[in-house]
Amino acid sequence: MIAHAIFFYVFSIIAVISAIMVTASKNTVHSVFFLILDFISISCLFIMIGAEFLGMIMLIVYVGAVAVLFLFVVMMLNVAQQKNQWFAAKDSSKHIPVGLIISTLIFFEIIIVIGGWKYKPEIFDINNSIAQTSISNTHSLGQILYTDYIHVFQISGMILLVAMVGAIVLTFRQRSGVKRQSYIKQISRERTEGVEVLEVQSNKGVKIDD
Amino acid sequence: MIEIGLGHYLTLGAVIFSIGVIGIFLNRKNIIVILMSIELILLAVNINLVAFSIYLGDLAGQVFTLFILTVAAAEAAIGLAIIVVYFRNSGTIRVEEIDKLKG
Repeated sequence: MIAHAIFFYVFSIIAVISAIMVTASKNTVHSVFFLILDFISISCLFIMIGAEFLGMIMLIVYVGAVAVLFLFVVMMLNVAQQKNQWFAAKDSSKHIPVGLIISTLIFFEIIIVIGGWKYKPEIFDINNSIAQTSISNTHSLGQILYTDYIHVFQISGMILLVAMVGAIVLTFRQRSGVKRQSYIKQISRERTEGVEVLEVQSNKGVKIDD
Repeated sequence: MIEIGLGHYLTLGAVIFSIGVIGIFLNRKNIIVILMSIELILLAVNINLVAFSIYLGDLAGQVFTLFILTVAAAEAAIGLAIIVVYFRNSGTIRVEEIDKLKG
């Protein structure tokens, strides 16, 4: 139990500090790296409390895909020089108290809700997908993911497909002045366009492309 | 303090959620950091769902965390694509200069 508490506090302190550094660091590349650290520590917490499949998926999806995508875009847009300063701009100073007030309000509202929250005894009667302890977390997740939640699973696949197509369509750019192969043009070329039979007179050349 | 319960995880989720909201409000320079703050908020929601799922013994929370992960990945891809297109057209992604709608 002591080890659980120690690991919880270590990982959560790392997570909170790196979350602060994500929003506060001046360099955007450093923000991305702190985001990666945040995801890693939270996935360690997930593995620690027994949701090991989600912890590993989080490492793969967030650290392996999303954070690399962020890093890629940050490098590509060359925004590392555009410093991210909180209190630099004059006209933005009116946002700062509003933001602080709203976020502290949200924080204390959530804390109040957590403090007044109690288990209802009948909560254990109404849940229908109870975790079994005899099989592993991944096994039990798979058992309900592909049976009870199959439609939601398919819809999430559709969402990923739409996102992929949307991202490609948004960033696709047709450059002008670049020579490309056009199969339609090549196939539909006729003999009359390509070859011309000329009568060559003696002592005179043939002028092409007049 | 030593006995780690549901409340500890919910408090951690609340702290990270609030840091994400602060990041959206206070960052006036770079729109990529705003996207990262949204990722932080979704992460806080995931912490809450997984903690409830573990402590109530109901696997539905973890299933929905999986779907939130999916939607977060799709949202990051689309958002970054929009940012790339905007940067290509206007040459800046600073929050102060994105004021075409005069909001």
